[in-house]
Amino acid sequence: MKIMIQGIAIGWLCLLAISSGNAQEAGYTETLAGTNLEIDMAAIPGGTYTPASRQAGVSPGIVRVDPFWMSSREITWGLYQAFLQRSADSEPQPARGSEVNLEVDAVSGATIPYVDMSLGMGTGEEFPVGNVTRKAASLFCKWLSAKTGNFYRLPTEAEWEYAARAGTDTPYFFGSRPDSLGRYAWYSGNSDGTYHPVGKKQPNPWGLYDIYGNVAEWTLDRFESGAFGNAASEFEPPVAEYPGVLRGGSYRDGPEALKNAARLASNPVWKQRDPQFPRSKFWFTDAPFAGFRIVRPQNPPEASDFSRYWDTK
Amino acid sequence: MNNPDLPGPSRRKFIKASTLAASATMLPAFDLQAMAGILKNSKLKLALVGCGGRGTGAANQALQADPDVELVAMADLFEDRLASSYNSLAEAYQGTGKVRVKEKNKFVGFDGFKKAIDLADVVILATPPGFRPYHFTYAVENGRHVFMEKPVATDAPGIRKVLEAARLADEKNLNVVVGLQRHYQENYIQTLEKLRAGAIGKIRSGQVYWNSAGVWVRPREAGQSELEYQMRNWYYFNWVCGDHILEQHIHNIDVANWFIGEYPVSAQGMGGRLVRTGADHGEIYDHHFVEYTYPSGAVVASQCRHQPGTMYRVGECFQGTAGSVETNDAGVAKIFDLEGREQAAIANSEGHNPYQEEHNRLFASIREGGQINDAYNGAKSTLTAIMGRMATYSGQVIGWDEAMNSEVRLMPETVSWETTPPSLPDADGKYPVPMPGQYQAV
Repeated sequence: MKIMIQGIAIGWLCLLAISSGNAQEAGYTETLAGTNLEIDMAAIPGGTYTPASRQAGVSPGIVRVDPFWMSSREITWGLYQAFLQRSADSEPQPARGSEVNLEVDAVSGATIPYVDMSLGMGTGEEFPVGNVTRKAASLFCKWLSAKTGNFYRLPTEAEWEYAARAGTDTPYFFGSRPDSLGRYAWYSGNSDGTYHPVGKKQPNPWGLYDIYGNVAEWTLDRFESGAFGNAASEFEPPVAEYPGVLRGGSYRDGPEALKNAARLASNPVWKQRDPQFPRSKFWFTDAPFAGFRIVRPQNPPEASDFSRYWDTK
Repeated sequence: MNNPDLPGPSRRKFIKASTLAASATMLPAFDLQAMAGILKNSKLKLALVGCGGRGTGAANQALQADPDVELVAMADLFEDRLASSYNSLAEAYQGTGKVRVKEKNKFVGFDGFKKAIDLADVVILATPPGFRPYHFTYAVENGRHVFMEKPVATDAPGIRKVLEAARLADEKNLNVVVGLQRHYQENYIQTLEKLRAGAIGKIRSGQVYWNSAGVWVRPREAGQSELEYQMRNWYYFNWVCGDHILEQHIHNIDVANWFIGEYPVSAQGMGGRLVRTGADHGEIYDHHFVEYTYPSGAVVASQCRHQPGTMYRVGECFQGTAGSVETNDAGVAKIFDLEGREQAAIANSEGHNPYQEEHNRLFASIREGGQINDAYNGAKSTLTAIMGRMATYSGQVIGWDEAMNSEVRLMPETVSWETTPPSLPDADGKYPVPMPGQYQAV
């Protein structure tokens, strides 16, 4: 009964958001029927920001970002297990969204890992999932979209940075110096060399927990491009598997790597201990710090465009 | 009586391996090239027997371990498996000349291993483990250097055969590396050095784990013979796989033997199948819990589980008279004092890959005219896991000698497409599952 009421409320919120197209929508909670799992989605208003210049003498342009929702927490092992095991797939989703019309059965899964992909850090429900490739993270988004009917995907680099900044223009959303980083983030200074359950630190002003540190977060862009967020394209699609961009730094990084503008490049060495050949498309073996959070645009693209976001290298 | 090999040769070899491992990483490529000139016949021809993901991975590592190695022959039971393995290697090594497998040197079927081994100097044996004793014996009898995957057999007659071939490998000065890659992993080697220097005193107890969600299932296809089905879905049949306590958890059980420096005198335990019970799941258990007792009195609890949605843990812990140690295959090894305060954290160096190191060491030893022989420990750690399975299946205490001398044979000595598999399904398509209190383990 509780689920029903919640489902109706969500459906109503979604309708409101889509019809108005306004920048100031409310957040909502996505539920996964057949599980006790929920994903809190924070509303991120549309707007602009000015990224830090990456090249001396080159003035960066202003980046414009359309309104979207972003999961307020990193995707957890609990959620990822639901995707791996697919045990709740057949449970009908109350108040299913209408953006995505895709049978959940038609979405292929990721392989079940043989080893402990947390490398000893734990796979408890509230821990952030790590060691996932961008392909696998995108497949999770596709599966979640098919399950819920709402269009989910990884954030673009521009969306990620814009959301992390939360309207500020300092290196961190809380200022220029890393002194108070420990209030907001698990990083090398306080993590004890491991990730931690999501959402235990203070969020940023837009309600995003662990946006710095804990696990680094996948984006849709390729690393070589310094022009993310330029007017011509929403993101720079990868042309090869490596290097892709992760943002926010992780539990093992120092303060520099956690800044709004810091970028992390994925690297083939992250799969080096995969004993199989060809190596897994879905799992790293040496990057337990590589996780993700998801977004949902408030104005979804045409269904024919979904694959641009989901079918990544 | 049951531990003559481990504290002697294997320990010496492990120390040698660790020193060489350190120096090998510092050698630039041209030094390897110069070393290759030492041998008159400088090209080393490689054969791959068992072309699954792991065998193909091992071939990839072998091709990178030495500047003048060439894959010349491949063997697999199935043409499609061989083709996908060949295609991925041929693509990865395009233009290098390292993958030169002529069509006539791709061998399909149960006997293909002989023809492939005949053509090579070094062979990779990576089929399901039931076949290993026969493949290993043939390779050694014919003077080939060997990389073979763990486990090395599924039953005691197979273990004895491997031990016999191990002695022959010594006589012939052949190199044998077994894919228990923790022996080639920096932080395990360094941790053991600290343990041998007394960091935690004498080990009194331990816990070793391989708890995960399980592995692939290959559904039965129309038109398949029972034997083909079992070969495709081999993980679930004991004669070829030996159950997951053997196939995966051997890694952790082997670490207990290695760190304690003994093989256990007895095992007792329990297990069963609760979650993975379908006709697709053959006859193996989905969980085992075994207590191993060592000659020194140390007791090690071993647990392995294949149940989705449960806690993942792959690793080892040991408690000694002066502290404790925790290791896992990918993270940081940690040593604690008796109050639980961390004394040391030992990480692998950036870029270290124990799977690659196995082949670097194997090929370096071949070039130097040295000898590595991991087959004794490979056989005895395999037997340790088999002994655990004997204990969980039967519900009885199983002694080391009893296990070693067992005449219970799971794997037929020869297998062809005419062979009737040792386990057959009932009218409902289900296979008989070993029942404690009834199962005759030895």
